[in-house]
Amino acid sequence: MSSNADDCVLEARHLRKLYGKAVAVDDVTFRVERGELFGLLGPNGAGKTSTIRMAYGSSPLSGGSLRVFGRDIVTDWRAIRMRLGVCHQDNNLDTEMSVRENLEVFAGFFGIPRAVARERADKLLTFFELEHRGESEVHELSGGMMRRLVLARAMVNEPEFLILDEPTTGLDPQSRHQVWERLGRLKQDGVSILLTTHYMEEAARLCDRLIIVDQGRILVEGRPRDLVAQYVGNQVVESSPVCPELRDFVKQRGLEHEDLGHRMLIYCKDDESLFREIARRYCQDNCILRMGTLEDVFLKLTGRDLRE
Amino acid sequence: MNRPAWALTWRCLRVWRRDWLVNRQSWKVGFLVPLLEPIFYVAAFGVGFRLLIPEVHYEGLTVSYVKFMAPSLVATSIMYNAFFENTYSSFVRMYYQKTYDAIMATPLSIEEVILGEILWGATKSVMAAIIVLAVLSVAGLIHYPSALAVIPLAFLGGLAFGSAGMVFTGIVKNIDTFNLPIFLFLTPMFLFSGTFFPTDTLPHWAQMAAQAVPLTHLVHLTRGLCFGIAGWRDVAVAVGYLLVFTALCLPLALAAMRRRLTR
Ligand SMILES: Nc1ncnc2c1ncn2[C@@H]1O[C@H](COP(=O)(O)OP(=O)(O)OP(=O)(O)O)[C@@H](O)[C@H]1O
Ligand SMILES: [Mg+2]
Repeated sequence: MSSNADDCVLEARHLRKLYGKAVAVDDVTFRVERGELFGLLGPNGAGKTSTIRMAYGSSPLSGGSLRVFGRDIVTDWRAIRMRLGVCHQDNNLDTEMSVRENLEVFAGFFGIPRAVARERADKLLTFFELEHRGESEVHELSGGMMRRLVLARAMVNEPEFLILDEPTTGLDPQSRHQVWERLGRLKQDGVSILLTTHYMEEAARLCDRLIIVDQGRILVEGRPRDLVAQYVGNQVVESSPVCPELRDFVKQRGLEHEDLGHRMLIYCKDDESLFREIARRYCQDNCILRMGTLEDVFLKLTGRDLRE
Repeated sequence: MNRPAWALTWRCLRVWRRDWLVNRQSWKVGFLVPLLEPIFYVAAFGVGFRLLIPEVHYEGLTVSYVKFMAPSLVATSIMYNAFFENTYSSFVRMYYQKTYDAIMATPLSIEEVILGEILWGATKSVMAAIIVLAVLSVAGLIHYPSALAVIPLAFLGGLAFGSAGMVFTGIVKNIDTFNLPIFLFLTPMFLFSGTFFPTDTLPHWAQMAAQAVPLTHLVHLTRGLCFGIAGWRDVAVAVGYLLVFTALCLPLALAAMRRRLTR
């Protein structure tokens, strides 16, 4: 290992997860460095949640090893969980209690004294702008508020490392931006974060590094910008509908492209003149030049077929 | 080994505390059942049965039917409270609310969560027993101070029936499946465990069967304590039985739930 265990909050090596004979996670190796916001992306059923459940020691590993804070999750799960916060994909809030009690009772599971728990609850309710809903019942909250409460609950033990399984799914743009801003602040405070999301814009904006997994295997690893540059380039021509002449042109020039039938994406890398040529010769109005995005990378690597 | 070993510590009390806090709110409705049920039974059996069954001979005593039957209400409420808590209520928390999943991200083990739930079920048995005892005492059907010993007995009985309930929670397919153990075990026990008539009126084989089930022992000792006639032998047999029963069911319950929750 090049760097010592102190710099690394999570290290998965050749991680595997089987459900019966079905392989959900297949030989996955990655590291989350301290202070980093690391993205775990992949289509539905890729194995993200399975990986996460192993990472906090709720699901036994079928193979490989997983260390958090340099300790083995299988033997040291209790000590690890003391310093870890998990936001589950489901809103598994306690519907029999108020918003505030959800935080305070959860703090109790960590053995946090009641007075401290109350203070933390106040702080977290304010942090996630839920301070007016402290006495509400959980079922009175909107979906977005519930999500924020799950996030707040993940932080009652002031974790150094947060594991967030789709924290922004179901949020409106306002709440999503608010959560992004909060995650940014946490990161500034030195909290390490493992994030899964289906929003590529979010991943591109937040993640220092990320992996894209599909069918339990890692397809790529890297910084969002590098991945875009490497796999699609900064310029993408999107043409819809596609004229046969354009198809011929792309083939003849050997351009990297994706043909979706009614729509074609041509990855121009950094060649803007290519766009002008295409626009002039083949498609005046139905052609746009745009930036390459992480979504392009994602779709290119994982394909466009629906999962599950 | 790539799976964590069993882990069972006092931290289970944190789960008990969660249940206790939740219960403080639902208690306002929850206490109505143990309060009203004995009133209904005493009214029905005391008034309605008085002419049909004037008195019952039990262990050398001759008592009114309602006095004979009253301690059974305490014992059966112990049974039902723990069993329902650790079947229906625990199942809802596990399956629908995903409360256990959430707790699995905190420094608690599955075993601690489940033991906390069983301790809570036993606590509910104690609370129900106290209320039923209080109602029956107002009716002058309970002998003190010996009846006070029913309170710790309720906790032990609660552990026994709660553990048994949790075994089913660990194996049932869905929440409706609980009808089966209730129909096959709880209802027959409720009727034939010396609750509404002494077991010695049963045919021999049925008496043997009655001696094999936990409610018979719980009813017998509860009645002995409520009448003030329980001897050390009665205590030893019933407590011994319930301890052994719990010692068998509790590990089974923990293993079944661990199997179910470990994915
Ligand atoms: N408890 C389970 N038993 C059997 N199979 C499971 C279980 N949990 C997940 N799987 C399967 O494992 C695979 C990976 O599931 P997982 O939930 O890890 O995916 P995911 O990447 O989190 O997907 P999503 O984006 O939809 O949340 C899927 O094929 C899923 O059907
Ligand atoms: Mg998932």
